[in-house]
Amino acid sequence: MDSDGLTFYGVKLASRLIVGTAQYPSPAILAKAVAAAKAEIVTVSLRRESGASRAGENFWSLIRELGVRVLPNTAGCRTVKEAVTTAEMAREVFDTPWIKLEVIGEEDTLQPDVFGLVEAAAILALDGFQVFPYTTEDLVVAERLLGAGCEVLMPWGAPIGSGRGLNNAYGLKALRAHFPNVPLVVDAGIGTPSHAAAAMELGYDAVLLNTAIAKAGDPEAMARAFALAVEAGRLGYLADPIEPRDMAAPSTPVIGRPFTDLARA
Amino acid sequence: MRIQVNGEARDVAATTLAALLRELDFEDLSVATALNQSFVRKSDRHQTRLKEGDAVEILTPRQGG
Repeated sequence: MDSDGLTFYGVKLASRLIVGTAQYPSPAILAKAVAAAKAEIVTVSLRRESGASRAGENFWSLIRELGVRVLPNTAGCRTVKEAVTTAEMAREVFDTPWIKLEVIGEEDTLQPDVFGLVEAAAILALDGFQVFPYTTEDLVVAERLLGAGCEVLMPWGAPIGSGRGLNNAYGLKALRAHFPNVPLVVDAGIGTPSHAAAAMELGYDAVLLNTAIAKAGDPEAMARAFALAVEAGRLGYLADPIEPRDMAAPSTPVIGRPFTDLARA
Repeated sequence: MRIQVNGEARDVAATTLAALLRELDFEDLSVATALNQSFVRKSDRHQTRLKEGDAVEILTPRQGG
Protein backbone atom coordinates (compact mmCIF):
# COMPACT_ATOMS: atom_id res chain seq x y z
CA MET A 1 0.00 0.00 0.00
CA ASP A 2 2.82 2.34 0.85
CA SER A 3 4.40 2.24 -2.56
CA ASP A 4 4.70 6.03 -2.90
CA GLY A 5 7.82 6.11 -0.76
CA LEU A 6 9.37 9.17 0.73
CA THR A 7 11.44 11.80 -1.04
CA PHE A 8 13.85 14.25 0.56
CA TYR A 9 15.39 16.69 -1.90
CA GLY A 10 14.92 14.29 -4.78
CA VAL A 11 16.26 11.26 -2.89
CA LYS A 12 13.76 8.41 -2.69
CA LEU A 13 13.71 6.43 0.52
CA ALA A 14 11.85 3.37 1.73
CA SER A 15 12.44 3.81 5.45
CA ARG A 16 10.55 6.42 7.43
CA LEU A 17 12.64 6.05 10.56
CA ILE A 18 15.72 8.25 10.91
CA VAL A 19 17.95 7.50 13.86
CA GLY A 20 20.64 9.32 15.74
CA THR A 21 24.00 7.72 16.46
CA ALA A 22 24.73 9.14 19.91
CA GLN A 23 24.55 7.66 23.42
CA TYR A 24 24.69 3.96 22.53
CA PRO A 25 26.40 1.62 24.99
CA SER A 26 28.91 0.61 22.31
CA PRO A 27 29.65 0.98 18.59
CA ALA A 28 28.58 -2.65 18.06
CA ILE A 29 25.17 -1.99 19.62
CA LEU A 30 24.81 1.16 17.53
CA ALA A 31 25.42 -0.89 14.39
CA LYS A 32 22.89 -3.54 15.43
CA ALA A 33 20.28 -0.91 16.31
CA VAL A 34 20.64 0.89 12.97
CA ALA A 35 20.16 -2.43 11.19
CA ALA A 36 17.15 -3.37 13.35
CA ALA A 37 15.60 0.07 12.73
CA LYS A 38 16.02 -0.52 8.98
CA ALA A 39 17.12 3.10 8.88
CA GLU A 40 18.47 4.52 5.64
CA ILE A 41 19.53 7.80 7.22
CA VAL A 42 21.45 8.41 10.43
CA THR A 43 22.34 11.70 12.02
CA VAL A 44 25.92 12.57 12.87
CA SER A 45 27.81 15.57 14.19
CA LEU A 46 31.20 17.25 14.19
CA ARG A 47 33.18 17.70 17.35
CA ARG A 48 36.66 18.79 18.34
CA GLU A 49 39.31 16.17 17.60
CA SER A 50 41.69 15.45 20.42
CA GLY A 51 44.14 13.77 18.08
CA ALA A 52 45.59 10.76 19.81
CA SER A 53 42.28 8.98 20.39
CA ARG A 54 41.32 9.03 16.70
CA ALA A 55 37.75 8.84 17.99
CA GLY A 56 36.41 10.68 14.98
CA GLU A 57 38.16 8.45 12.48
CA ASN A 58 36.97 5.25 14.17
CA PHE A 59 33.39 6.49 14.35
CA TRP A 60 33.41 7.63 10.73
CA SER A 61 34.64 4.26 9.47
CA LEU A 62 31.92 2.50 11.47
CA ILE A 63 29.25 4.71 9.90
CA ARG A 64 30.61 4.15 6.41
CA GLU A 65 30.45 0.41 6.95
CA LEU A 66 26.73 0.70 7.77
CA GLY A 67 26.05 1.81 4.21
CA VAL A 68 23.51 4.46 5.18
CA ARG A 69 23.13 8.11 4.24
CA VAL A 70 24.29 10.60 6.81
CA LEU A 71 22.45 13.71 7.89
CA PRO A 72 25.00 15.89 9.70
CA ASN A 73 23.64 18.22 12.35
CA THR A 74 24.64 21.57 13.78
CA ALA A 75 23.75 20.44 17.30
CA GLY A 76 24.65 22.81 20.07
CA CYS A 77 25.05 25.84 17.82
CA ARG A 78 23.61 28.95 19.41
CA THR A 79 24.20 31.57 16.76
CA VAL A 80 23.64 31.85 13.03
CA LYS A 81 27.39 32.20 12.50
CA GLU A 82 28.19 29.03 14.48
CA ALA A 83 25.51 27.05 12.66
CA VAL A 84 26.57 28.24 9.20
CA THR A 85 30.26 27.54 9.86
CA THR A 86 29.47 24.11 11.28
CA ALA A 87 27.32 23.31 8.26
CA GLU A 88 30.11 24.31 5.90
CA MET A 89 32.56 22.12 7.80
CA ALA A 90 30.11 19.20 7.80
CA ARG A 91 29.54 19.46 4.05
CA GLU A 92 33.24 19.04 3.40
CA VAL A 93 33.85 16.16 5.81
CA PHE A 94 30.67 14.19 5.15
CA ASP A 95 30.48 15.08 1.47
CA THR A 96 26.75 15.80 1.47
CA PRO A 97 24.65 18.93 0.91
CA TRP A 98 22.22 17.71 3.58
CA ILE A 99 22.27 19.49 6.91
CA LYS A 100 20.04 19.10 9.94
CA LEU A 101 20.00 22.71 10.97
CA GLU A 102 19.78 23.40 14.69
CA VAL A 103 20.07 26.85 16.17
CA ILE A 104 19.37 26.41 19.85
CA GLY A 105 17.64 29.27 21.61
CA GLU A 106 17.11 28.11 25.16
CA GLU A 107 19.03 25.81 27.48
CA ASP A 108 16.26 24.16 29.50
CA THR A 109 14.12 23.12 26.57
CA LEU A 110 16.78 23.15 23.84
CA GLN A 111 14.09 24.71 21.73
CA PRO A 112 15.04 26.24 18.41
CA ASP A 113 15.81 29.92 18.07
CA VAL A 114 13.41 30.17 15.17
CA PHE A 115 14.60 33.65 14.17
CA GLY A 116 18.19 32.50 13.89
CA LEU A 117 16.99 29.30 12.25
CA VAL A 118 15.24 31.13 9.41
CA GLU A 119 18.24 33.40 8.91
CA ALA A 120 20.72 30.50 8.84
CA ALA A 121 18.45 28.43 6.58
CA ALA A 122 18.33 31.25 4.03
CA ILE A 123 22.12 31.63 4.02
CA LEU A 124 22.69 27.89 3.65
CA ALA A 125 20.02 27.31 1.01
CA LEU A 126 21.52 30.09 -1.11
CA ASP A 127 24.87 28.37 -0.77
CA GLY A 128 23.50 25.11 -2.16
CA PHE A 129 22.72 23.28 1.06
CA GLN A 130 19.65 21.08 1.37
CA VAL A 131 18.39 22.12 4.76
CA PHE A 132 16.43 19.99 7.23
CA PRO A 133 15.47 22.58 9.86
CA TYR A 134 14.80 21.49 13.42
CA THR A 135 11.89 23.77 14.20
CA THR A 136 8.72 24.09 16.24
CA GLU A 137 5.19 23.41 15.03
CA ASP A 138 4.65 27.14 14.42
CA LEU A 139 2.94 27.66 11.05
CA VAL A 140 4.37 31.11 10.42
CA VAL A 141 7.91 29.96 11.09
CA ALA A 142 7.28 27.01 8.79
CA GLU A 143 6.20 29.40 6.02
CA ARG A 144 9.36 31.44 6.52
CA LEU A 145 11.53 28.34 6.38
CA LEU A 146 9.93 27.26 3.12
CA GLY A 147 10.39 30.78 1.80
CA ALA A 148 14.06 30.56 2.78
CA GLY A 149 14.44 27.50 0.56
CA CYS A 150 13.78 24.55 2.87
CA GLU A 151 11.99 21.63 1.21
CA VAL A 152 11.64 19.55 4.39
CA LEU A 153 10.46 20.63 7.83
CA MET A 154 11.30 18.90 11.09
CA PRO A 155 9.08 20.14 13.94
CA TRP A 156 9.76 18.87 17.42
CA GLY A 157 7.43 16.50 19.22
CA ALA A 158 8.80 17.56 22.62
CA PRO A 159 12.14 18.85 23.94
CA ILE A 160 15.19 16.89 22.81
CA GLY A 161 15.81 13.82 24.93
CA SER A 162 12.65 14.32 27.02
CA GLY A 163 10.78 11.29 25.71
CA ARG A 164 7.48 13.07 26.24
CA GLY A 165 6.04 12.29 22.83
CA LEU A 166 3.85 14.72 20.93
CA ASN A 167 3.36 17.70 23.22
CA ASN A 168 1.12 19.50 20.77
CA ALA A 169 -0.60 16.94 18.58
CA TYR A 170 -3.12 19.56 17.48
CA GLY A 171 -0.36 21.91 16.32
CA LEU A 172 1.41 19.11 14.46
CA LYS A 173 -1.88 18.11 12.83
CA ALA A 174 -2.51 21.70 11.77
CA LEU A 175 0.98 21.87 10.25
CA ARG A 176 0.31 18.67 8.32
CA ALA A 177 -3.01 20.01 7.05
CA HIS A 178 -1.46 23.33 6.07
CA PHE A 179 1.44 21.81 4.14
CA PRO A 180 0.08 18.64 2.56
CA ASN A 181 2.95 18.37 0.07
CA VAL A 182 5.97 19.25 2.20
CA PRO A 183 7.85 16.30 3.70
CA LEU A 184 7.36 16.64 7.47
CA VAL A 185 9.42 14.81 10.06
CA VAL A 186 8.76 14.76 13.79
CA ASP A 187 12.20 15.31 15.25
CA ALA A 188 12.89 15.11 18.97
CA GLY A 189 10.93 14.20 22.06
CA ILE A 190 9.82 10.73 20.96
CA GLY A 191 10.03 8.29 23.89
CA THR A 192 8.14 5.15 22.96
CA PRO A 193 7.06 3.33 19.81
CA SER A 194 3.48 4.49 20.36
CA HIS A 195 4.65 8.12 20.10
CA ALA A 196 6.22 7.34 16.74
CA ALA A 197 3.08 5.55 15.58
CA ALA A 198 1.01 8.56 16.66
CA ALA A 199 3.19 10.89 14.60
CA MET A 200 2.80 8.66 11.57
CA GLU A 201 -0.96 8.43 12.09
CA LEU A 202 -1.08 12.23 11.90
CA GLY A 203 0.29 11.86 8.40
CA TYR A 204 3.88 12.77 9.14
CA ASP A 205 6.31 11.44 6.58
CA ALA A 206 8.95 10.21 8.99
CA VAL A 207 10.23 10.41 12.54
CA LEU A 208 13.73 11.14 13.76
CA LEU A 209 14.82 9.92 17.15
CA ASN A 210 17.91 8.97 19.06
CA THR A 211 17.65 8.76 22.84
CA ALA A 212 14.56 6.54 22.87
CA ILE A 213 16.52 3.77 21.16
CA ALA A 214 20.05 4.44 22.40
CA LYS A 215 19.14 4.66 26.08
CA ALA A 216 16.62 1.80 26.08
CA GLY A 217 17.57 -1.28 28.07
CA ASP A 218 17.81 -3.22 24.82
CA PRO A 219 18.52 -0.76 22.01
CA GLU A 220 18.39 -3.36 19.26
CA ALA A 221 14.94 -4.61 20.31
CA MET A 222 13.71 -1.05 20.75
CA ALA A 223 14.95 -0.16 17.28
CA ARG A 224 12.92 -3.01 15.86
CA ALA A 225 9.90 -1.91 17.89
CA PHE A 226 10.20 1.60 16.45
CA ALA A 227 10.52 0.26 12.92
CA LEU A 228 7.31 -1.72 13.38
CA ALA A 229 5.53 1.24 15.00
CA VAL A 230 6.49 3.60 12.19
CA GLU A 231 5.34 1.11 9.60
CA ALA A 232 2.08 0.46 11.48
CA GLY A 233 1.40 4.15 11.95
CA ARG A 234 2.04 4.91 8.30
CA LEU A 235 -0.17 2.06 7.13
CA GLY A 236 -2.88 3.16 9.54
CA TYR A 237 -2.73 6.70 8.18
CA LEU A 238 -2.98 5.51 4.58
CA ALA A 239 -5.88 3.22 5.47
CA ASP A 240 -7.95 6.28 6.48
CA PRO A 241 -8.84 5.85 10.16
CA ILE A 242 -12.34 6.37 11.50
CA GLU A 243 -13.22 9.58 13.28
CA PRO A 244 -13.62 9.36 17.05
CA ARG A 245 -17.14 9.92 18.38
CA ASP A 246 -18.53 10.79 21.76
CA MET A 247 -21.07 7.99 22.17
CA ALA A 248 -20.94 4.24 21.66
CA ALA A 249 -21.99 2.67 18.39
CA PRO A 250 -22.51 -1.10 18.41
CA SER A 251 -20.22 -2.99 16.11
CA THR A 252 -22.20 -6.23 16.16
CA PRO A 253 -25.33 -6.04 13.96
CA VAL A 254 -28.42 -4.94 15.82
CA ILE A 255 -30.77 -6.58 13.33
CA GLY A 256 -31.47 -10.18 14.32
CA ARG A 257 -30.54 -9.67 17.93
CA PRO A 258 -32.45 -12.36 19.96
CA PHE A 259 -34.75 -11.78 22.89
CA THR A 260 -35.71 -8.31 21.69
CA ASP A 261 -39.39 -9.25 22.00
CA LEU A 262 -39.06 -10.27 25.64
CA ALA A 263 -39.67 -7.82 28.40
CA ARG A 264 -36.58 -7.26 30.50
CA ALA A 265 -36.85 -7.81 34.17
CA MET B 1 53.57 31.52 18.27
CA ARG B 2 50.71 31.04 20.68
CA ILE B 3 47.29 30.24 19.24
CA GLN B 4 44.12 28.53 20.41
CA VAL B 5 43.50 25.05 18.99
CA ASN B 6 40.10 23.58 19.84
CA GLY B 7 39.85 25.94 22.78
CA GLU B 8 43.29 25.19 24.22
CA ALA B 9 46.31 27.48 24.11
CA ARG B 10 49.16 25.92 22.12
CA ASP B 11 52.64 27.09 21.20
CA VAL B 12 53.15 26.06 17.61
CA ALA B 13 55.84 26.42 14.96
CA ALA B 14 53.46 26.20 12.00
CA THR B 15 52.68 29.39 10.14
CA THR B 16 49.91 28.01 7.92
CA LEU B 17 46.82 25.96 8.68
CA ALA B 18 48.10 23.08 6.56
CA ALA B 19 51.39 23.06 8.47
CA LEU B 20 49.51 23.15 11.76
CA LEU B 21 47.58 19.99 10.84
CA ARG B 22 50.90 18.32 10.00
CA GLU B 23 52.46 19.49 13.24
CA LEU B 24 49.55 18.20 15.32
CA ASP B 25 49.43 14.89 13.43
CA PHE B 26 45.95 15.48 12.02
CA GLU B 27 47.05 15.34 8.43
CA ASP B 28 45.66 11.94 7.51
CA LEU B 29 42.38 12.32 9.43
CA SER B 30 38.97 13.37 8.13
CA VAL B 31 38.91 16.84 9.58
CA ALA B 32 37.26 20.15 8.80
CA THR B 33 38.86 23.39 9.83
CA ALA B 34 37.77 26.86 10.86
CA LEU B 35 39.86 29.92 11.62
CA ASN B 36 38.38 32.52 13.94
CA GLN B 37 34.91 31.01 13.46
CA SER B 38 35.06 31.03 9.66
CA PHE B 39 35.25 27.82 7.65
CA VAL B 40 38.51 27.17 5.79
CA ARG B 41 38.29 24.71 2.90
CA LYS B 42 40.77 21.90 2.70
CA SER B 43 42.10 23.36 -0.54
CA ASP B 44 42.69 26.75 1.14
CA ARG B 45 44.66 25.48 4.14
CA HIS B 46 48.05 25.90 2.44
CA GLN B 47 47.60 29.59 1.84
CA THR B 48 45.85 30.28 5.15
CA ARG B 49 48.44 31.97 7.35
CA LEU B 50 48.26 31.88 11.12
CA LYS B 51 48.99 34.76 13.44
CA GLU B 52 49.40 35.16 17.17
CA GLY B 53 46.12 34.75 19.03
CA ASP B 54 44.24 33.01 16.22
CA ALA B 55 41.53 30.53 17.18
CA VAL B 56 41.59 27.33 15.13
CA GLU B 57 38.91 24.66 15.24
CA ILE B 58 39.70 21.17 13.99
CA LEU B 59 36.60 18.98 13.92
CA THR B 60 35.99 15.34 13.07
CA PRO B 61 32.90 13.15 12.65
CA ARG B 62 31.20 12.22 15.85
CA GLN B 63 27.98 10.68 17.15
CA GLY B 64 24.97 12.94 16.78
CA GLY B 65 21.23 13.06 17.27
